Order: sequence, then C-alpha cells, then structure tokens
Amino acid sequence: MLLIDCPWCGPRDEVEFSCGGEAHIVRPPEPANLSDAEWGDYVFMRQNRKGVHYERWCHGHGCGRWFNVARDTVSHQVLAVYAMGEAPPEV
Amino acid sequence: MARYSIFALARNALRRHRDWPLAWRSPEPKAAYDAIIVGGGGHGLATAYYLAKRHGITNVAVLEKGWIGGGNTGRNTTIVRSNYLHDESAGIYDHALKLWEGLSQELNFNVMFSARGVINLAHDEHEARELRRRVFANQLAGVDAEWLTPLQLKEFCPILNVDPGMRYPVLGGALQRRAGTARHDAVAWGYARGADGRGVDIIQNCEVTGFDIRDGQVRGVRTTRGEIAAPKVGVVAAGHSSVLAEMAGLRLPIQSHPLQALVSEPVKPVMPTVVMSNAVHAYMSQSDKGELVIGAGIDSYNSYAQRGSLPVIEETIQAVVELFPITSRLKMMRQWAGIVDVCPDASPIIGLTPVEGLYFNCGWGTGGFKATPGSGHVFAHTIARDEPHAINAPFTLDRFHSGTLVAEHGAAAVAH
Ligand SMILES: Cc1cc2nc3c(=O)[nH]c(=O)nc-3n(C[C@H](O)[C@H](O)[C@H](O)COP(=O)(O)OP(=O)(O)OC[C@H]3O[C@@H](n4cnc5c(N)ncnc54)[C@H](O)[C@@H]3O)c2cc1C
Ligand SMILES: [Zn+2]
Repeated sequence: MLLIDCPWCGPRDEVEFSCGGEAHIVRPPEPANLSDAEWGDYVFMRQNRKGVHYERWCHGHGCGRWFNVARDTVSHQVLAVYAMGEAPPEV
Repeated sequence: MARYSIFALARNALRRHRDWPLAWRSPEPKAAYDAIIVGGGGHGLATAYYLAKRHGITNVAVLEKGWIGGGNTGRNTTIVRSNYLHDESAGIYDHALKLWEGLSQELNFNVMFSARGVINLAHDEHEARELRRRVFANQLAGVDAEWLTPLQLKEFCPILNVDPGMRYPVLGGALQRRAGTARHDAVAWGYARGADGRGVDIIQNCEVTGFDIRDGQVRGVRTTRGEIAAPKVGVVAAGHSSVLAEMAGLRLPIQSHPLQALVSEPVKPVMPTVVMSNAVHAYMSQSDKGELVIGAGIDSYNSYAQRGSLPVIEETIQAVVELFPITSRLKMMRQWAGIVDVCPDASPIIGLTPVEGLYFNCGWGTGGFKATPGSGHVFAHTIARDEPHAINAPFTLDRFHSGTLVAEHGAAAVAH
C-alpha cells in the first residue's frame, strides 16, 4: 500500500491517485520526420527498471494535479516527489 | 526415465514408496551447451522439452534463478482457453489447447487438464455485442464458441447470480466448452521430467546476471554459478524480461505489474465451470481440493515486489460476492501475487532479436499459462531453425515499429 505525498495536498492513500507511467518522455518536436523505428520507440518502448523508477502520478480524487515521483519498484518506497518539468533528482 | 503407471504405483506401494526415482537430476552446470534457456517456468521448460524431443537438440540447460515453477507458473489461476479475437491469436492459443488435450499422455505425467468450460459474461449492450462478435470470429477461425442467454448460463452454472436487479446485470455470456483448467505445478514438473529424461540439464538457484555478446552474436551467459557458453540463448523470464533485455542492450515495450489471486477455504463442489467477467473484473473456478480460486486485477504501477495491494483485492471480492452471493460468508485462506509482463497490445513477443542467437519469448502478461505447450513448441522451433514458426511469425518485436499489432485487449481484459 503506497502513501504518496501529493505536493499540494500532503500524504494520501494510493487509491486517490492514478499512475501515468514513465516520466520524462518528450514528444518528438518534428513527428513527421521520424522513422518508423523512432516513432515506435517513442510510442511503445518503456523503461521497466527493477529499482528506481521515475514516473508520473495524478491526484485524481484530490487536487487533480499531475506531478513526478521517484519510486523503488521492489520496496515500493517513494524516494522523491517533484514537479512536472523538473529534472529527475538523484536518489 | 521410469514410466509412471498403475503397475509402477502398485510396485512402489509394496516397497512403501521408498524407491521412487527422482523426477529430474540436479546436475552442476557444464562449461558449454548447444542452447541455454533462461527461466524455468512452464514456457522455458516446455521449450527445452520440445528442443530435445522435436529437434534433437539435447545438450541444453534450463537456468532458473529460484526453483522451477516458482514464478508465474506456480502462481496463476490455471485458466486454459483459446477464444481470442484475431486469427493470429486463434493460431497460437488453439495450437496450445490442442496440445493440452493430449499433454498428460504425451508427458506421462498427469497435468489434470479439465475441459470444464470457460464462460465470459457480458454486463452491458456494448459488451454483449463485442462478445457475440468474438463468438462469430472464433467460429470462423475454427475455435468452438457459443452464446448463452442468462437462463442458459444459470443452468450451466447454478450459483451464478442472473437477477436483472443486479448493479451490473448479466445479459448473456460466451462459452468455450473445450476450455478449462489444469494443474499448474504439474505442467512445470511434467515438462522438467520429460526434458531431463532426454538429456536436458535443469539448473536451479542459478541466476543469469549478464550476456556475453561479441560482434552482435551471443556467446553465452554470466550467472551466479559462473560463466556458461552457448551459441543460442532463449530468454523466457516473464516478469523479468525487461531486466534481461537491458542486460543485452535491448528495449522492450513491456511493463511489469503485480497480478493477484486468492483462494477460499475448501468447500464441497459448487462451481462446475470457470466464470469470468471483464466489466466487474473478477473470475472464479473451483480447484479439485474444493477451494474457490479467485483472480484479481493488476496494480496499475510498475512493481517487482511479488505482492499486490489490498484495494485491488477488495474490488475483486465485491464483484465476486455480487456474482456469486453464495460466497459472501466464505473465508479466504491465501492471497499472493506474481509479476506479469504486460505488452501494449496484450499479445506476446516470441522470436528473434537484433542480437544473433538471442531469442525472447515474453509479454504474455496476465494470460500466458494457457499457452504454455504451444509457446514452448513454437519457441523451440524458432531457436532450432533460427526463424519463427508460422504460428509465432506475427508476434515479432518488430510489430511495434511496423504497426501490425495483434490487439487483444477485449479478449484478454480480465487478467488471467
Ligand atoms: C495471479 C496470476 C494469475 C494468472 N492466471 C492465469 C490464468 O488463469 N490463465 C493463464 O493463461 N495465465 C495466467 N497467468 C499468467 C501466467 O502465469 C503467465 O503468463 C505464464 O505463467 C508466464 O510464463 P512462464 O510460466 O514461463 O513464467 P514464469 O513461471 O514466471 O517463469 C519465468 C521464470 O524465469 C525466472 N527468471 C527470471 N529472471 C531470471 C534470471 N535472471 N535468471 C534465471 N531465471 C530467471 C523466474 O524465476 C521464473 O521462474 C496468471 C498470472 C498470475 C500472476
Ligand atoms: Zn493533491
């Protein structure tokens, strides 16, 4: 069971949130110029680390805002919570 | 390999069951093999078995980091069916189902395959239309399927609640009669024994920690029990597929999630079939021991923890109690999770990789147990011939670049 520290509302139960998957994926600036391989990588290929994972969460049943989380996928420990657009912190 | 039979049982009973031979050896790893299979789940063991039996490649090692069948093979709810939507899926899942039907005889090991039927329920008009479309698609693909009305469902499974006043009323359901359940451990053990009997080394407590790749060609693996050379390596590591792919410098579209199940205290036979519902997200069957086997959903976030969260179970139990009111006072005995490798189109990846001699079989997600014999059979072919079998040819990694996905979310939606 996760306790997630929403930057706006404070610590709340995981059922109030939804997980938006891997963070820091940037939409290619010129999609029309991508090869099939580059486009496929952007749409489908994902990190799936056993260890620290940087991911997006949305506090849907609270403030409704998105933010980033660094979380350990084995211990489930939330290691950092940081704003959208911020660089991933060293954890 | 000593054959199991009624006579062997009688003979051994006279000796008080003290002299049964071990079902497989536990050899030390050799320095080199002709082929290595990474992952001693059902799929990996089946691959080794068919490599030895169908392709004469017997100098093979199966490397398992824990104990064989200790991953999803020994954690799943054992539903076997082949009623997926697309022809590609009918190809592989029905191939597997045909192998299931003769598997106990083939392996001389009782895998307890029981064709008790599997029902998929529809709870709204749209779902009913989609399910009927799937019934027709199955019939066209030569896969048995029929549509049952609520009353016919009630007759087939009397404990099912079809009261029109339910929160999510049952509007009908699709039935595949050839589908059913099997004994999960027995599948791993049966294939292990069959492979071992043909010369395959099954090596447990041996974790693969890296690959030896030179000039784009795999030369072997690094393990917690030393380096082992082989010109061909097949990876069948389910929830850990991405971890192994990263060791080989490959990227996969896979995400690992915990998937949970639970069983009740044993009760008398009440459940003659398997019932699953995508909409309320629950499914149930009864084991031969009498426990009701209940499957839940995945946690939405990535995890390798092999334990799921409580809210997921709570939701499942709510659905089960509404569908089967008889269960409302039942005690649950055990709950557990396995880590499943979920693919974006809910179909597996089976085939070659950009590294020569390295093959991956993964992405079965929440529903790969049913495919075990078929998956092992075509993966062995792929490794032996260095090209996919016609049945797994559509399931390449490259489909995520070409766009020819095999979208099976409808048929795979409730996790099983
Ligand atoms: C709760 C639950 C219910 C399910 N219900 C169903 C169902 O009803 N019907 C159905 O069809 N499917 C079901 N599934 C899915 C099914 O179990 C899997 O798709 C299938 O078992 C995966 O293939 P496998 O058997 O080879 O995987 P596994 O049995 O998980 O085998 C993979 C093996 O690889 C090993 N491994 C991993 N990394 C390494 C390494 N580095 N070195 C060496 N070994 C390694 C693991 O220890 C593991 O034993 C369910 C899964 C779960 C968790
Ligand atoms: Zn909030």
